[in-house]
Amino acid sequence: MPFIPDFFGQALNGLAYGVLLFLLSVGLTLIFGMLDVVNLAHGSFYMLGVYAGLTLIAATGSFWVALLLAPLAVGLVGALVERGLLRPLYRRPTLDQVLLTFGLIYLFEDLVKWIWGGRIRSIPPPALFAGSVTLGDATLPSYRLFVIAFGLVMALALWLLIEKTRLGAIIRAGVFDAEMAAGLGINTDRMFTGVFAFGAALGGLSGVIAGPIQSAYPSVGVTILIPALIVVVVGGLGSLKGSLVGSLIIGQAETFGKAWLPGVSMLMIYVVMALIVLLRPQGLFGRQLK
Amino acid sequence: MRLRALGFVVVVATVAAFPAAFGVYPVKLLQEILIWGVFAMSLDFLMGYGGMVSFGHSAFFGIGAYVAAFALQGSPGALAGLAAPALAAAAAALVIGFFSIRVSGVYFIMLTLAFSQMFYAYAFQAAWLGAEDGIVGVPRVVVLGLDTAQPTAFHLYLVGLVTLAALVLWRAVRSPFGHVLRGIHENEARMEAVGYPVSRYKLLAFVVAGTVAGVAGALYTQFNGSISPDAFFWTTSGEALLMVIIGGTGTLGGAMLGSAAFILLQSLVSSYTERWMLILGATFILFVLFAPGGLVGALRGRVGLHA
Repeated sequence: MPFIPDFFGQALNGLAYGVLLFLLSVGLTLIFGMLDVVNLAHGSFYMLGVYAGLTLIAATGSFWVALLLAPLAVGLVGALVERGLLRPLYRRPTLDQVLLTFGLIYLFEDLVKWIWGGRIRSIPPPALFAGSVTLGDATLPSYRLFVIAFGLVMALALWLLIEKTRLGAIIRAGVFDAEMAAGLGINTDRMFTGVFAFGAALGGLSGVIAGPIQSAYPSVGVTILIPALIVVVVGGLGSLKGSLVGSLIIGQAETFGKAWLPGVSMLMIYVVMALIVLLRPQGLFGRQLK
Repeated sequence: MRLRALGFVVVVATVAAFPAAFGVYPVKLLQEILIWGVFAMSLDFLMGYGGMVSFGHSAFFGIGAYVAAFALQGSPGALAGLAAPALAAAAAALVIGFFSIRVSGVYFIMLTLAFSQMFYAYAFQAAWLGAEDGIVGVPRVVVLGLDTAQPTAFHLYLVGLVTLAALVLWRAVRSPFGHVLRGIHENEARMEAVGYPVSRYKLLAFVVAGTVAGVAGALYTQFNGSISPDAFFWTTSGEALLMVIIGGTGTLGGAMLGSAAFILLQSLVSSYTERWMLILGATFILFVLFAPGGLVGALRGRVGLHA
């Protein structure tokens, strides 16, 4: 692979992948921040997003409708999971909740196989971004540029939502100390459901966005969870900024690993993770470990 | 106590004599249950007694399996089939444990998970380990002049090792070491304050669990005659965890029971319906929600016994 000429194109590919990872991991980190639960089924929400997107595109013919509605559907599933399954476990050690989310993986994987079949699927890119673009000496699908722009706008929107609005203040209060927030009259019951559903919806959204780039299959949930977890470990649990920076780092590490070290490319992200964890066990932007 | 020992002997004897009365398929199922049972017991030792819930236990299972596969191709002796895999798994557990026990809870889960995935990523691409196809055509071990390529010999070898592993873990749990471990599980800060070197105890528990998992992996390679990178994948750890939870955490015997439930469910349900994963997932969720003590806990509750 040519070294210098490819650099710019690779960097853009890495950026697109990093932005996808951000959309995926930000839901994971939000849920963790609020509920102290690592949602192992977060990859399943991503997968549900892809398949819901496929169905919505088949029904309406529009990628944009799918992009809007599929996350809502996945968010609804998330709300049901929180209300019906996680809520009864809040009085138990949080590990029980983590274990429950592991069981959900099996459930969702088989349901998807049942409804949509087991073959590999992908979402066709919207007509508007079906072509390719040449930037300098790099040619890449225009959809990737859309992904980059969309992801960065989403990052900004999430930051505004959480840092600048009243709702965001409530969420931050809940993340900081849910008990105290409840004492101040915040309805933490609704907030927990809301945040879990919102995190799930973000997972679903990342699935729809990733659909035209990465293929989906019923067990994609357990595969895609790994880079998302690594992002969260690198960036720091429960940190929005950490999720963004971690995603961009891991996105580049993965992409350049594939281009430059094809024999051991899969190891790259672990090497990066190990280095960061050794230097900062709590991740780049994580709270100090207890 | 004596009753318990007698019961254990009867179970071992029955399991050992099983092939005399049953055909090839039931024996295969039993052997699979035993191997996964050892793996699950080692995880139960770590989480049920040591309080360390790991999603990366497959690292040691996989290392034992791969070392056995690689070494047995060279020379099919006990060194290659048993000692080398156990030692390699112990060494890996020492290193991974050293880093992982510095954190706890969900951080511990994520760190152990990432470590095991690292091995998966390496094995998946390493040409000398057969990359994604893994290693196939692994000969079985020849131990004490006994060639375990012969089915009866393999069964007895397997039952012998499984019994040994169970006894080692059982003894460890009841030793002073095991009591300290449980004390740490109950209240780490207090044990630290009383003066126990908590980290050293946790690390030792991690290494013991990893070593036994390595032995299970080595057995698994010989059972199948092959091994693939999937052994390292994090869902392999997850399956063992499922077995522990379904059987009953912190009981050792429950892990074996959970393994039996898991493998019977998988093989029986899958012969009636394709939806076995759905049933398995739902069963697991129901256990987490309504029977956190697992099968053993439910049985104990029924007869009024308490651990």
